[in-house]
Amino acid sequence: MSATQPPVNSPHIRRLAPVLEPGHSYATVTDKIASIVLTRPVSIGWLAGFGLAFSIVMVLNVAVAWLIIKGVGIWSINIPIGWGFAIVNFVWWIGIGHAGTLISAILFLLNQKWRTSINRFAEAMTLFAVACAGLFPLIHTGRPWMAYYMFPYPSTMEIWPQFRSPLIWDVFAVSTYGTVSALFWFVGLIPDLATLRDHAIGKPKQIIYGMLALGWRGSARHWHRYQSAYLLLAGLATPLVLSVHTVVSFDFSVAIVPGWHTTIFPPYFVAGAIYSGFAMVLTIAIPLRAAYGLEDFITMRHLENMAKVMLATGLIVAYGYFFEFFLSLYSGNKFDVFLVQQRLHGPYNYYYFALILCNIITPQLLWFQKVRTNVAALFVMSLVINLGMWLERFVIVVISLTRDFMPSAWGRYSATIWDYATFVGTLGLFTMLLFLFVRVLPAISIAEMRELVHQTSEEHE
Amino acid sequence: MIEHRSHTYGVLGEFDTEHQLCNAARAARQAGWVNIEGYTPFPVEALNDALGLKRNLVPLITLIGGLCGGLGGFFFQYWVNLYAYPMNVAGRPLNSWPAFIPVTFELTVLGASLSAVFGMLALNKLPEPYHPLFNVERFVKHATTDKFFLCIEARDKKFNVDDAKRFFEGVHATNISEVQDD
Repeated sequence: MSATQPPVNSPHIRRLAPVLEPGHSYATVTDKIASIVLTRPVSIGWLAGFGLAFSIVMVLNVAVAWLIIKGVGIWSINIPIGWGFAIVNFVWWIGIGHAGTLISAILFLLNQKWRTSINRFAEAMTLFAVACAGLFPLIHTGRPWMAYYMFPYPSTMEIWPQFRSPLIWDVFAVSTYGTVSALFWFVGLIPDLATLRDHAIGKPKQIIYGMLALGWRGSARHWHRYQSAYLLLAGLATPLVLSVHTVVSFDFSVAIVPGWHTTIFPPYFVAGAIYSGFAMVLTIAIPLRAAYGLEDFITMRHLENMAKVMLATGLIVAYGYFFEFFLSLYSGNKFDVFLVQQRLHGPYNYYYFALILCNIITPQLLWFQKVRTNVAALFVMSLVINLGMWLERFVIVVISLTRDFMPSAWGRYSATIWDYATFVGTLGLFTMLLFLFVRVLPAISIAEMRELVHQTSEEHE
Repeated sequence: MIEHRSHTYGVLGEFDTEHQLCNAARAARQAGWVNIEGYTPFPVEALNDALGLKRNLVPLITLIGGLCGGLGGFFFQYWVNLYAYPMNVAGRPLNSWPAFIPVTFELTVLGASLSAVFGMLALNKLPEPYHPLFNVERFVKHATTDKFFLCIEARDKKFNVDDAKRFFEGVHATNISEVQDD
């Protein structure tokens, strides 16, 4: 070490917070995480949160039931705006799911240790978000009981799906994504379910966790194959997650509608998806670590890293907005130029300005370390970005559809109470599933935390 | 002795660290035992070498699953568009293969993922709710939590309870138990 370098413990060198607070052993991480599920009594806070979310799910039930009774006319969709909230919400939810897969698969391949304590609930978030997302196109078909028409099956009518259509690609992309996310999640859970089986008190819990654990016993040969399978799944999920939002963006960009027909959509949709997904991971992680005292495992390092990912993807999204704008003007296509004018001066321009404020201007605060390490500021920021990403999809869907080629085909769009009820209902469903998840399954991967204890103790030696 | 062996699954030794376990596994292999297995609360890569585990079949199964998914997906669309239900869309060729790629890709990933997971479970012979090792109380309490175990199995030709116990004493196992299968 040269003499000019400050000493290692100098207060001038900012040290990153550790990914795991020191002083933990295999047994303490196991007990701490497993006890949330196995021994901790149900708290008033959990009951209140679950009850509220459950009552919102009842709103969803009513909204969907009324939709099935009356038809999609209860929503404000009509010609020319056939898509409305349903598609805005679909794209928003599916985008949120993407951060879970990014954390569990891409950061795993990149060997990022900080993913370990957040991947489990991020994957759960993915599954629940995909469930909420899948609901929208299903009920938007108007006759959800006919949804199986979208799948290729040998029907007596001898017709087959149109495989050249992005909407059919979407069916395959989203259902594959849901299936692979569920597999990835379950494979990750198997060793933890075995831990829960071995620590559970009372026959019912032992039998349920025992059945789910499939008889896992940590055998070296099992681990050997398990690691191969897990690595392969991560490698498969990585291109999959990029393909899903690409296919979703094809739903727009294959159409010739102004503002949609652009090649920048796939990368810009994927970046936006990861952006909103990380915002949602923060929205969940911050209350979770406070409620269950998990600050040792979900440290400041995690929150700061997620903030950095949000900043980076936010800048990619900003670049996307800029080029969308620039290319429309540069193309000289009068419909595209007109659409830009409509975004700035049209009847929905306040949505556009709110979107720029939420997605581009506010996140610039993340350049400051003080903001990145302030839990309250991060929580507020994550909500703002979630809102901003929802507005982005609203702007894309509604402004383009209300202002296409012929003035005679223009229209206006304003959502009805049923649009809002369905959207808020899915927020309730998502929250309710998360509340259930933290009570019945380990929210942090126990086996991977033990591995992390092992790795960090080796580093200290 | 022979009657006794028929009820014994093996002899299990417990260790505090994965280094001790790896050393014990290596020593057991050198001593000539073949059917030995380590049990750890998290994957320990050094143990694969110590037990002499080389490649496994999961990647091959995944590759086959992915190829089946991809080729099946593509030629299914080909068959639908050329034979089952030819549809002329704006004069494009019936075999408009670039439009078939997204579904082909998704089905490749789906086939590969399903075969990776179910292939891994099948090779591991899971689900297997009962296993003789679950009769050992310390194994149940600690194998999935914080201790490392090595089992010398009774199906080994060289197996003998006393020899195995003496071996574990020699490598300083903190706990030694005979595993009963009943």
